[in-house]
Amino acid sequence: MNLLALFRRRSTAPIARERLQVLLAHERVMVGGSDLLAVLQEEILAVIGKHISVDRDKVQIKLDRGDPVSTLEIDVEVPSLLPTGALARRSELAAARR
Amino acid sequence: MTQVVVVTSGKGGVGKTTSTAALGAALAQGGANVVVVDFDVGLRNLDLVMGAERRVVFDLVNVVQGDAKLAQALIRDKRLPNLSLLAASQTRDKDALTAEGVERIIGELREKFDWVLCDSPAGIERGATLAMRHADAAVVVTNAEVSSVRDSDRIIGLLDSKTEKAEKGGHMPKHLLLTRYDAGRAARGEMLKVEDVLEILSIPLLGIIPESQEVLRASNLGAPVTLANPASAPARAYAEAAKRLMGEQIQVTMPMAESRGIFGKLFGRRAVA
Ligand SMILES: Nc1ncnc2c1ncn2[C@@H]1O[C@H](COP(=O)(O)OP(=O)(O)OP(=O)(O)O)[C@@H](O)[C@H]1O
Ligand SMILES: [Mg+2]
Repeated sequence: MNLLALFRRRSTAPIARERLQVLLAHERVMVGGSDLLAVLQEEILAVIGKHISVDRDKVQIKLDRGDPVSTLEIDVEVPSLLPTGALARRSELAAARR
Repeated sequence: MTQVVVVTSGKGGVGKTTSTAALGAALAQGGANVVVVDFDVGLRNLDLVMGAERRVVFDLVNVVQGDAKLAQALIRDKRLPNLSLLAASQTRDKDALTAEGVERIIGELREKFDWVLCDSPAGIERGATLAMRHADAAVVVTNAEVSSVRDSDRIIGLLDSKTEKAEKGGHMPKHLLLTRYDAGRAARGEMLKVEDVLEILSIPLLGIIPESQEVLRASNLGAPVTLANPASAPARAYAEAAKRLMGEQIQVTMPMAESRGIFGKLFGRRAVA
Protein backbone atom coordinates (compact mmCIF):
# COMPACT_ATOMS: atom_id res chain seq x y z
CA MET A 1 0.00 0.00 0.00
CA ASN A 2 1.47 3.35 -0.95
CA LEU A 3 1.10 6.57 0.99
CA LEU A 4 -1.35 8.08 -1.43
CA ALA A 5 -3.68 5.15 -0.95
CA LEU A 6 -3.30 5.52 2.79
CA PHE A 7 -4.53 9.10 2.62
CA ARG A 8 -7.29 8.36 0.21
CA ARG A 9 -8.51 5.59 2.44
CA ARG A 10 -9.00 7.96 5.32
CA SER A 11 -11.83 10.00 3.98
CA THR A 12 -15.03 8.09 4.67
CA ALA A 13 -16.19 10.07 7.71
CA PRO A 14 -17.18 13.16 5.65
CA ILE A 15 -19.29 10.90 3.46
CA ALA A 16 -20.96 9.43 6.54
CA ARG A 17 -21.57 12.92 7.90
CA GLU A 18 -23.21 14.08 4.70
CA ARG A 19 -25.38 10.98 4.42
CA LEU A 20 -26.57 11.44 7.97
CA GLN A 21 -27.29 15.14 7.56
CA VAL A 22 -29.52 14.49 4.59
CA LEU A 23 -31.26 11.55 6.23
CA LEU A 24 -31.88 13.24 9.57
CA ALA A 25 -33.10 16.43 7.94
CA HIS A 26 -35.78 14.32 6.32
CA GLU A 27 -36.54 12.21 9.37
CA ARG A 28 -36.89 15.19 11.69
CA VAL A 29 -39.62 16.87 9.70
CA MET A 30 -41.48 13.59 9.67
CA VAL A 31 -43.19 14.23 13.01
CA GLY A 32 -46.53 12.58 13.42
CA GLY A 33 -45.58 10.05 10.79
CA SER A 34 -46.46 12.31 7.90
CA ASP A 35 -43.75 12.85 5.44
CA LEU A 36 -44.23 15.50 2.75
CA LEU A 37 -43.13 13.11 0.04
CA ALA A 38 -45.57 10.47 1.27
CA VAL A 39 -48.40 13.00 1.29
CA LEU A 40 -47.53 14.19 -2.21
CA GLN A 41 -47.43 10.64 -3.42
CA GLU A 42 -50.88 9.83 -1.99
CA GLU A 43 -52.47 12.96 -3.40
CA ILE A 44 -50.94 12.55 -6.82
CA LEU A 45 -52.24 9.00 -7.02
CA ALA A 46 -55.67 10.17 -5.89
CA VAL A 47 -55.74 12.75 -8.68
CA ILE A 48 -54.70 10.22 -11.29
CA GLY A 49 -57.31 7.86 -9.87
CA LYS A 50 -60.04 10.38 -10.66
CA HIS A 51 -59.35 10.00 -14.36
CA ILE A 52 -58.37 6.40 -14.77
CA SER A 53 -58.64 3.39 -12.56
CA VAL A 54 -55.22 2.85 -11.12
CA ASP A 55 -54.17 -0.68 -10.32
CA ARG A 56 -52.02 -0.26 -7.24
CA ASP A 57 -49.96 -3.26 -8.24
CA LYS A 58 -48.91 -1.48 -11.40
CA VAL A 59 -47.65 1.61 -9.65
CA GLN A 60 -43.95 1.90 -9.00
CA ILE A 61 -42.76 4.64 -6.74
CA LYS A 62 -39.15 5.65 -6.49
CA LEU A 63 -37.83 8.10 -4.05
CA ASP A 64 -34.49 9.73 -3.54
CA ARG A 65 -34.23 11.94 -0.50
CA GLY A 66 -31.49 14.34 -1.37
CA ASP A 67 -30.02 17.70 -0.74
CA PRO A 68 -30.83 20.25 -2.12
CA VAL A 69 -33.61 18.40 -3.97
CA SER A 70 -35.45 15.17 -3.50
CA THR A 71 -37.03 13.33 -6.33
CA LEU A 72 -40.27 11.44 -6.28
CA GLU A 73 -40.89 9.33 -9.32
CA ILE A 74 -44.31 7.78 -9.80
CA ASP A 75 -44.64 5.31 -12.57
CA VAL A 76 -48.24 4.48 -13.41
CA GLU A 77 -49.21 1.94 -15.98
CA VAL A 78 -52.12 3.30 -18.01
CA PRO A 79 -54.23 0.84 -20.02
CA SER A 80 -53.64 1.73 -23.67
CA LEU A 81 -57.29 1.58 -24.79
CA LEU A 82 -58.27 4.48 -22.65
CA PRO A 83 -58.09 7.98 -24.10
CA THR A 84 -55.24 8.96 -21.97
CA GLY A 85 -52.97 10.56 -24.51
CA ALA A 86 -52.94 13.75 -22.60
CA LEU A 87 -51.86 12.06 -19.46
CA ALA A 88 -48.19 11.42 -19.46
CA ARG A 89 -47.42 7.77 -19.02
CA ARG A 90 -44.77 8.63 -16.62
CA SER A 91 -45.18 11.52 -14.29
CA GLU A 92 -41.92 12.51 -12.88
CA LEU A 93 -41.93 15.08 -10.21
CA ALA A 94 -39.14 16.82 -8.56
CA ALA A 95 -40.60 17.33 -5.15
CA ALA A 96 -39.91 20.64 -3.60
CA ARG A 97 -37.03 21.02 -1.24
CA ARG A 98 -38.30 21.56 2.21
CA MET B 1 -35.37 -24.19 -2.34
CA THR B 2 -35.48 -20.86 -0.57
CA GLN B 3 -33.65 -20.57 2.71
CA VAL B 4 -35.01 -18.16 5.29
CA VAL B 5 -32.21 -17.34 7.70
CA VAL B 6 -32.53 -15.26 10.85
CA VAL B 7 -29.47 -13.32 12.00
CA THR B 8 -29.89 -13.04 15.74
CA SER B 9 -27.95 -12.64 18.99
CA GLY B 10 -29.94 -11.62 22.03
CA LYS B 11 -27.36 -9.04 22.96
CA GLY B 12 -27.33 -5.70 21.19
CA GLY B 13 -24.49 -4.23 19.18
CA VAL B 14 -22.66 -7.46 18.46
CA GLY B 15 -22.81 -7.12 14.67
CA LYS B 16 -26.15 -8.53 13.45
CA THR B 17 -26.90 -5.73 11.01
CA THR B 18 -23.34 -5.61 9.71
CA SER B 19 -23.44 -9.38 9.24
CA THR B 20 -26.85 -9.42 7.55
CA ALA B 21 -25.65 -6.87 5.00
CA ALA B 22 -22.29 -8.56 4.42
CA LEU B 23 -23.66 -12.10 4.16
CA GLY B 24 -26.55 -10.93 1.98
CA ALA B 25 -24.19 -9.14 -0.39
CA ALA B 26 -21.76 -12.09 -0.43
CA LEU B 27 -24.57 -14.52 -1.33
CA ALA B 28 -25.75 -12.13 -4.04
CA GLN B 29 -22.18 -11.72 -5.32
CA GLY B 30 -22.24 -15.49 -5.79
CA GLY B 31 -25.24 -15.08 -8.09
CA ALA B 32 -28.17 -15.94 -5.82
CA ASN B 33 -31.31 -13.85 -5.53
CA VAL B 34 -31.19 -12.35 -2.07
CA VAL B 35 -33.36 -10.14 0.08
CA VAL B 36 -32.30 -8.71 3.43
CA VAL B 37 -35.19 -7.83 5.74
CA ASP B 38 -34.89 -5.41 8.65
CA PHE B 39 -37.02 -6.52 11.62
CA ASP B 40 -35.72 -3.80 13.91
CA VAL B 41 -38.93 -1.77 13.79
CA GLY B 42 -38.47 1.69 15.27
CA LEU B 43 -34.70 1.56 15.08
CA ARG B 44 -33.94 0.62 11.53
CA ASN B 45 -30.33 0.66 10.42
CA LEU B 46 -29.97 -1.92 7.72
CA ASP B 47 -30.97 0.72 5.14
CA LEU B 48 -28.03 2.88 6.26
CA VAL B 49 -25.52 0.04 6.23
CA MET B 50 -26.74 -0.91 2.74
CA GLY B 51 -26.63 2.72 1.57
CA ALA B 52 -30.32 2.77 0.62
CA GLU B 53 -31.58 5.14 3.31
CA ARG B 54 -32.61 7.83 0.84
CA ARG B 55 -34.70 5.49 -1.20
CA VAL B 56 -37.05 3.94 1.36
CA VAL B 57 -40.65 4.59 0.36
CA PHE B 58 -42.53 1.72 1.98
CA ASP B 59 -41.37 -0.61 4.70
CA LEU B 60 -42.11 -3.93 6.34
CA VAL B 61 -44.91 -2.48 8.47
CA ASN B 62 -46.63 -0.95 5.41
CA VAL B 63 -46.56 -4.34 3.72
CA VAL B 64 -47.69 -6.21 6.85
CA GLN B 65 -50.59 -3.81 7.27
CA GLY B 66 -51.51 -3.98 3.59
CA ASP B 67 -50.76 -0.31 2.82
CA ALA B 68 -48.27 -1.31 0.16
CA LYS B 69 -47.53 -4.31 -1.99
CA LEU B 70 -44.36 -6.22 -1.38
CA ALA B 71 -43.02 -5.36 -4.85
CA GLN B 72 -43.41 -1.66 -4.07
CA ALA B 73 -41.50 -1.91 -0.83
CA LEU B 74 -38.52 -3.91 -2.08
CA ILE B 75 -35.53 -1.69 -2.77
CA ARG B 76 -33.11 -3.04 -5.28
CA ASP B 77 -29.44 -2.53 -4.54
CA LYS B 78 -27.75 -0.12 -6.94
CA ARG B 79 -24.62 -2.23 -7.19
CA LEU B 80 -26.08 -5.73 -7.24
CA PRO B 81 -29.41 -6.10 -9.05
CA ASN B 82 -30.03 -9.49 -7.42
CA LEU B 83 -29.84 -8.01 -3.92
CA SER B 84 -32.90 -6.33 -2.41
CA LEU B 85 -33.78 -4.70 0.88
CA LEU B 86 -37.03 -4.62 2.78
CA ALA B 87 -36.63 -1.82 5.31
CA ALA B 88 -38.12 -1.60 8.78
CA SER B 89 -40.38 1.25 9.76
CA GLN B 90 -38.75 4.11 11.59
CA THR B 91 -41.91 5.72 12.91
CA ARG B 92 -43.82 2.75 14.31
CA ASP B 93 -43.15 0.40 17.15
CA LYS B 94 -42.68 -3.33 17.27
CA ASP B 95 -46.37 -3.95 17.93
CA ALA B 96 -47.13 -2.78 14.42
CA LEU B 97 -45.97 -6.22 13.24
CA THR B 98 -48.52 -9.00 13.42
CA ALA B 99 -47.67 -12.69 13.42
CA GLU B 100 -50.03 -13.38 10.49
CA GLY B 101 -48.68 -10.44 8.49
CA VAL B 102 -45.11 -11.57 8.95
CA GLU B 103 -46.00 -15.12 7.98
CA ARG B 104 -47.68 -13.93 4.78
CA ILE B 105 -44.73 -11.75 3.79
CA ILE B 106 -42.15 -14.43 4.44
CA GLY B 107 -44.28 -16.69 2.26
CA GLU B 108 -44.29 -14.12 -0.54
CA LEU B 109 -40.54 -13.58 -0.21
CA ARG B 110 -39.96 -17.32 -0.52
CA GLU B 111 -41.52 -17.17 -3.96
CA LYS B 112 -39.23 -14.41 -5.17
CA PHE B 113 -35.84 -15.11 -3.62
CA ASP B 114 -33.31 -17.87 -3.01
CA TRP B 115 -32.24 -16.38 0.31
CA VAL B 116 -34.23 -14.33 2.80
CA LEU B 117 -31.99 -12.93 5.54
CA CYS B 118 -33.85 -11.49 8.53
CA ASP B 119 -31.94 -8.96 10.63
CA SER B 120 -33.30 -9.43 14.14
CA PRO B 121 -33.55 -6.69 16.73
CA ALA B 122 -31.65 -7.24 19.98
CA GLY B 123 -33.47 -8.73 22.92
CA ILE B 124 -35.77 -11.69 23.28
CA GLU B 125 -39.05 -9.84 22.92
CA ARG B 126 -41.65 -9.82 20.21
CA GLY B 127 -39.46 -8.29 17.51
CA ALA B 128 -36.78 -10.93 17.95
CA THR B 129 -39.24 -13.82 18.14
CA LEU B 130 -41.10 -12.63 15.04
CA ALA B 131 -37.82 -12.36 13.13
CA MET B 132 -36.93 -15.98 13.92
CA ARG B 133 -40.46 -17.35 13.72
CA HIS B 134 -40.41 -18.69 10.15
CA ALA B 135 -36.69 -19.27 9.75
CA ASP B 136 -35.24 -22.45 8.24
CA ALA B 137 -31.86 -21.77 9.85
CA ALA B 138 -30.23 -19.28 12.17
CA VAL B 139 -26.97 -17.39 12.27
CA VAL B 140 -26.17 -16.69 15.91
CA VAL B 141 -23.93 -13.64 16.07
CA THR B 142 -21.71 -13.69 19.13
CA ASN B 143 -18.76 -11.75 20.48
CA ALA B 144 -16.11 -13.58 22.49
CA GLU B 145 -17.22 -12.03 25.72
CA VAL B 146 -19.26 -13.41 28.63
CA SER B 147 -22.52 -11.51 28.34
CA SER B 148 -22.75 -12.04 24.60
CA VAL B 149 -22.15 -15.78 24.96
CA ARG B 150 -24.75 -16.01 27.67
CA ASP B 151 -27.33 -14.15 25.58
CA SER B 152 -26.53 -16.35 22.59
CA ASP B 153 -27.23 -19.38 24.72
CA ARG B 154 -30.59 -17.89 25.58
CA ILE B 155 -31.37 -17.24 21.92
CA ILE B 156 -30.39 -20.79 20.99
CA GLY B 157 -32.98 -21.95 23.51
CA LEU B 158 -35.63 -19.79 21.85
CA LEU B 159 -34.65 -21.01 18.40
CA ASP B 160 -35.22 -24.55 19.63
CA SER B 161 -38.60 -23.80 21.15
CA LYS B 162 -40.31 -20.69 19.78
CA THR B 163 -39.87 -21.16 16.04
CA GLU B 164 -42.41 -22.70 13.72
CA LYS B 165 -39.91 -25.35 12.76
CA ALA B 166 -39.18 -26.31 16.37
CA GLU B 167 -42.87 -26.39 17.24
CA LYS B 168 -43.44 -28.88 14.45
CA GLY B 169 -40.75 -31.08 15.92
CA GLY B 170 -38.14 -30.20 13.34
CA HIS B 171 -34.49 -29.42 13.85
CA MET B 172 -33.38 -25.81 13.52
CA PRO B 173 -29.83 -25.61 12.13
CA LYS B 174 -27.86 -22.97 14.01
CA HIS B 175 -24.56 -21.48 12.90
CA LEU B 176 -22.21 -19.57 15.13
CA LEU B 177 -20.76 -16.40 13.67
CA LEU B 178 -18.09 -15.01 15.94
CA THR B 179 -17.73 -11.34 15.17
CA ARG B 180 -15.51 -8.46 16.25
CA TYR B 181 -12.87 -11.04 17.09
CA ASP B 182 -9.56 -9.65 18.25
CA ALA B 183 -6.98 -12.41 18.01
CA GLY B 184 -4.41 -10.36 19.91
CA ARG B 185 -6.69 -9.94 22.88
CA ALA B 186 -7.65 -13.59 22.78
CA ALA B 187 -3.96 -14.59 22.71
CA ARG B 188 -3.30 -12.36 25.72
CA GLY B 189 -6.16 -14.00 27.55
CA GLU B 190 -8.30 -10.85 27.56
CA MET B 191 -11.01 -12.33 25.41
CA LEU B 192 -12.58 -15.75 25.28
CA LYS B 193 -10.92 -18.09 22.82
CA VAL B 194 -12.76 -19.48 19.81
CA GLU B 195 -12.58 -22.98 21.31
CA ASP B 196 -14.09 -21.73 24.56
CA VAL B 197 -17.08 -20.17 22.84
CA LEU B 198 -17.57 -23.22 20.62
CA GLU B 199 -17.42 -25.56 23.56
CA ILE B 200 -19.91 -23.55 25.60
CA LEU B 201 -22.46 -22.97 22.86
CA SER B 202 -21.75 -26.22 20.98
CA ILE B 203 -23.16 -25.19 17.62
CA PRO B 204 -21.10 -25.38 14.41
CA LEU B 205 -18.88 -22.47 13.49
CA LEU B 206 -19.88 -20.49 10.42
CA GLY B 207 -16.99 -18.07 10.57
CA ILE B 208 -14.83 -15.72 12.57
CA ILE B 209 -14.98 -12.07 11.61
CA PRO B 210 -12.05 -10.03 12.87
CA GLU B 211 -12.53 -6.68 14.56
CA SER B 212 -11.61 -4.28 11.78
CA GLN B 213 -11.86 -0.64 10.89
CA GLU B 214 -12.89 -1.73 7.40
CA VAL B 215 -16.32 -2.43 8.88
CA LEU B 216 -16.66 1.16 10.03
CA ARG B 217 -15.41 2.47 6.69
CA ALA B 218 -17.97 0.35 4.90
CA SER B 219 -20.84 1.60 7.02
CA ASN B 220 -19.67 5.19 6.55
CA LEU B 221 -19.87 4.60 2.82
CA GLY B 222 -23.17 2.77 2.99
CA ALA B 223 -21.91 -0.47 1.49
CA PRO B 224 -21.74 -3.99 2.90
CA VAL B 225 -18.08 -4.65 3.70
CA THR B 226 -17.93 -7.44 1.10
CA LEU B 227 -18.70 -4.79 -1.53
CA ALA B 228 -16.84 -1.84 -0.01
CA ASN B 229 -13.54 -3.68 0.21
CA PRO B 230 -13.73 -7.31 -0.94
CA ALA B 231 -10.04 -7.91 -0.29
CA SER B 232 -10.18 -6.89 3.37
CA ALA B 233 -9.99 -9.50 6.12
CA PRO B 234 -13.58 -9.07 7.34
CA ALA B 235 -14.91 -9.19 3.77
CA ARG B 236 -13.03 -12.40 3.06
CA ALA B 237 -14.26 -13.88 6.32
CA TYR B 238 -17.85 -12.98 5.44
CA ALA B 239 -17.46 -14.36 1.92
CA GLU B 240 -16.21 -17.65 3.38
CA ALA B 241 -19.06 -17.72 5.89
CA ALA B 242 -21.54 -17.21 3.04
CA LYS B 243 -20.03 -20.19 1.22
CA ARG B 244 -20.41 -22.33 4.31
CA LEU B 245 -23.98 -21.19 4.59
CA MET B 246 -24.43 -22.49 1.05
CA GLY B 247 -23.12 -25.83 2.24
CA GLU B 248 -19.53 -25.68 1.04
CA GLN B 249 -17.02 -27.37 3.29
CA ILE B 250 -14.16 -24.99 3.77
CA GLN B 251 -11.66 -24.56 6.53
CA VAL B 252 -12.32 -21.66 8.89
CA THR B 253 -9.55 -19.07 8.67
CA MET B 254 -8.25 -18.15 12.10
CA PRO B 255 -7.62 -14.41 12.37
CA MET B 256 -3.98 -13.65 13.04
CA ALA B 257 -2.93 -11.72 16.10
CA GLU B 258 -2.13 -8.13 15.28
CA SER B 259 1.46 -7.01 15.70
CA ARG B 260 1.65 -4.58 18.57
CA GLY B 261 4.56 -2.25 17.81
CA ILE B 262 4.30 1.16 16.27
CA PHE B 263 5.71 -0.26 13.06
CA GLY B 264 3.03 -2.91 13.05
CA LYS B 265 0.37 -0.32 13.76
CA LEU B 266 1.47 1.85 10.86
CA PHE B 267 2.20 -0.72 8.23
CA GLY B 268 0.68 -3.91 9.43
CA ARG B 269 -2.86 -2.58 9.42
CA ARG B 270 -3.77 -3.72 5.98
CA ALA B 271 -2.74 -7.25 6.72
CA VAL B 272 -4.97 -7.56 9.71
CA ALA B 273 -7.65 -4.97 9.15
N1 LIG C 1 -16.01 -6.86 12.67
C1 LIG C 1 -16.21 -5.64 13.15
N2 LIG C 1 -15.16 -4.80 13.36
C2 LIG C 1 -15.35 -3.56 13.84
N3 LIG C 1 -16.53 -3.04 14.13
C3 LIG C 1 -17.62 -3.80 13.96
C4 LIG C 1 -17.53 -5.14 13.46
N4 LIG C 1 -18.78 -5.65 13.37
C5 LIG C 1 -19.62 -4.69 13.80
N5 LIG C 1 -18.93 -3.57 14.16
C6 LIG C 1 -19.47 -2.31 14.66
O1 LIG C 1 -20.21 -2.59 15.83
C7 LIG C 1 -21.33 -1.74 15.93
C8 LIG C 1 -22.60 -2.58 16.07
O2 LIG C 1 -22.77 -3.36 14.89
P1 LIG C 1 -24.21 -3.70 14.34
O3 LIG C 1 -25.05 -2.49 14.21
O4 LIG C 1 -24.01 -4.55 13.13
O5 LIG C 1 -24.73 -4.58 15.54
P2 LIG C 1 -26.20 -5.11 15.83
O6 LIG C 1 -26.03 -6.43 16.49
O7 LIG C 1 -27.01 -5.07 14.59
O8 LIG C 1 -26.74 -4.03 16.85
P3 LIG C 1 -28.25 -3.87 17.39
O9 LIG C 1 -28.44 -4.94 18.40
O10 LIG C 1 -28.26 -2.50 17.98
O11 LIG C 1 -29.15 -4.01 16.20
C9 LIG C 1 -21.34 -0.89 14.68
O12 LIG C 1 -20.76 0.34 14.98
C10 LIG C 1 -20.47 -1.68 13.72
O13 LIG C 1 -19.82 -0.84 12.79
MG1 LIG D 1 -28.92 -4.14 14.24
